Amino acid sequence: MTLYTLLRHMADSYGLAALLALYLMLCLWHLRPGARRFVADAKHSIFRDDDND
Amino acid sequence: METVVKRLGVWACVLMASIAAIALTPDKGFAIHMGIVGLVAVILIIATATSYDPLARAQGIFRMPPGAGRYDDDPIRWGVIATMFWGIAGLLAGVFIAAQMAFPELNIEPWLNFGRLRPLHTSAVIFAFGGNALLATSFYVVQRTCRTTLALPGVARFVFWGYQLFIVLAATGYLLGISQGKEYAEPEWYVDLWLTVVWLAYLAVFVGTILNRREPHIYVANWFYLAFIITVAMLHVVNNLSLPVSLLGTKSYSAFAGVQDALTQWWYGHNAVGFFLTAGFLAMMYYFVPKQAGRPVYSYRLSIIHFWSLIFLYIWAGPHHLHYTALPDWAQTLGMVFSVMLWMPSWGGMINGLMTLNGAWDKVRTDPIIRMMVLALAFYGMSTFEGPMLSIKAVNSLSHYTDWTIGHVHSGALGWNGMITFACIYYLTPRLWQRERLYSLRMINWHFWLATLGIVFYASSMWVAGITQGLMWREYGADGYLVNSFVDTVAALHPMYVLRMGGGLMYLAGALIMVFNIAMTIAGRSRDEAPLGETRHDDAADRPLPPLTAEPAE
Repeated sequence: MTLYTLLRHMADSYGLAALLALYLMLCLWHLRPGARRFVADAKHSIFRDDDND
Repeated sequence: METVVKRLGVWACVLMASIAAIALTPDKGFAIHMGIVGLVAVILIIATATSYDPLARAQGIFRMPPGAGRYDDDPIRWGVIATMFWGIAGLLAGVFIAAQMAFPELNIEPWLNFGRLRPLHTSAVIFAFGGNALLATSFYVVQRTCRTTLALPGVARFVFWGYQLFIVLAATGYLLGISQGKEYAEPEWYVDLWLTVVWLAYLAVFVGTILNRREPHIYVANWFYLAFIITVAMLHVVNNLSLPVSLLGTKSYSAFAGVQDALTQWWYGHNAVGFFLTAGFLAMMYYFVPKQAGRPVYSYRLSIIHFWSLIFLYIWAGPHHLHYTALPDWAQTLGMVFSVMLWMPSWGGMINGLMTLNGAWDKVRTDPIIRMMVLALAFYGMSTFEGPMLSIKAVNSLSHYTDWTIGHVHSGALGWNGMITFACIYYLTPRLWQRERLYSLRMINWHFWLATLGIVFYASSMWVAGITQGLMWREYGADGYLVNSFVDTVAALHPMYVLRMGGGLMYLAGALIMVFNIAMTIAGRSRDEAPLGETRHDDAADRPLPPLTAEPAE
């Protein structure tokens, strides 16, 4: 088995699964229970302390 | 005093080194570039020797408010001025090369022919106009959202002025015929090295400011800016890996060859679109659209999904630039599939931006800056639909190498990048120069309509031109020969090229109105004009409300 084939198999199987899992985790992290407060806070943060811009 | 002497010493060394390089090099272009570096050193020596604060006089010319405010806004003011200057330069070059396509007599050999002016145009609008807009807005947004001043203020100034030197070296290089022949990465090795230094300094300033923040959460706009800075650093370094022929000459050879070189180039090229022209400008969108509308972004969670989807998908889409070439078929298909998938997060982002105006749609009528932002988002949506469509192989077999591609690029660049940048400049100038308002809102309206009509002329003429071209190239006669020669297609496209030039002229005229408006704002003037969105009183419609007849609910 050449290095290319080895890397290609990794990329097509575990690599792909790991990237997909990472992507889903990063997207869903802010949808976790209890995140609502932080998300709402971040959303409005640009309007706090508004006179200084 | 000691630091002044030290600085003088450094600039003198730079000057000596550039003189030595000029004396030793056999390469005329390299000598001219070293002359520019030497000239910069001379200017710095004079400026350092005559005053402790070389920029103070120049800041006076541009009426910049003296002293430190809460935030370090000085590099941002310079960035706004540079954005407008390079914008006009780049658009002018664009109109001129559009005229060259229609009237080839305008090719003035050797310095001003199409081949040399075309990279000048693309680099001036993308890296000089867009790049300065990104520098200025990123420094503005990161300070406000982190509620802290810029980390490393000296380095921030180096980033701005060093970037201008990069632009001057790149632009003069193209006119002198110095190019490594890679699209959007034309500057040669020594200019690339300089940009790498400047860019890493930029990363240091940006990350340093985020680390100093007095706000627990990092606002999503900063995620986009950071992704843009990091990815562009990576793309720039890898794509420009090359070996110079000599240390005193301009010529270098790429580290890659053949189709690997082509794929590296388009991995770079497409992600320059994805991270320079998309991620960076989306960062502007996620800060300035909510601020101008006075409402938070429609969905913060959607903006995070938008972010990660772009990050994970964009980097794979580059091979669609190499359909039907020597690139392996699976790689072409991979590029196509990821490009089509990109459609969804792009439209998610567009909807997020547009829906921010939910409940405040009247502002589109009364606030021309919001109107510009809405148009920018609409064009972001249109070009991110057109792009995936063009990346489908069957469509690409018709559109590839035709003017359709040029039209697509310009609907994104003029519509999305240009309009959001103009809106940001209009937002920033009164705040940065502490003016009550802009010189004129009605002039923004003129700018808006000139630019919009210009884009419509540009994009529609290029659709017609591209499809005509594609169909003429592939037309076979009954005996199996091609029906049209190349020059037949050129002749057929002439009216479209003239129309395109007209569209470009309108867009340039709009930008000139903006420069006037901003210059007057900086000068502290304000135009006496009727407010926008004033509805005239209609006597016939002015009746009292009918009496309430509805019964109260049971």
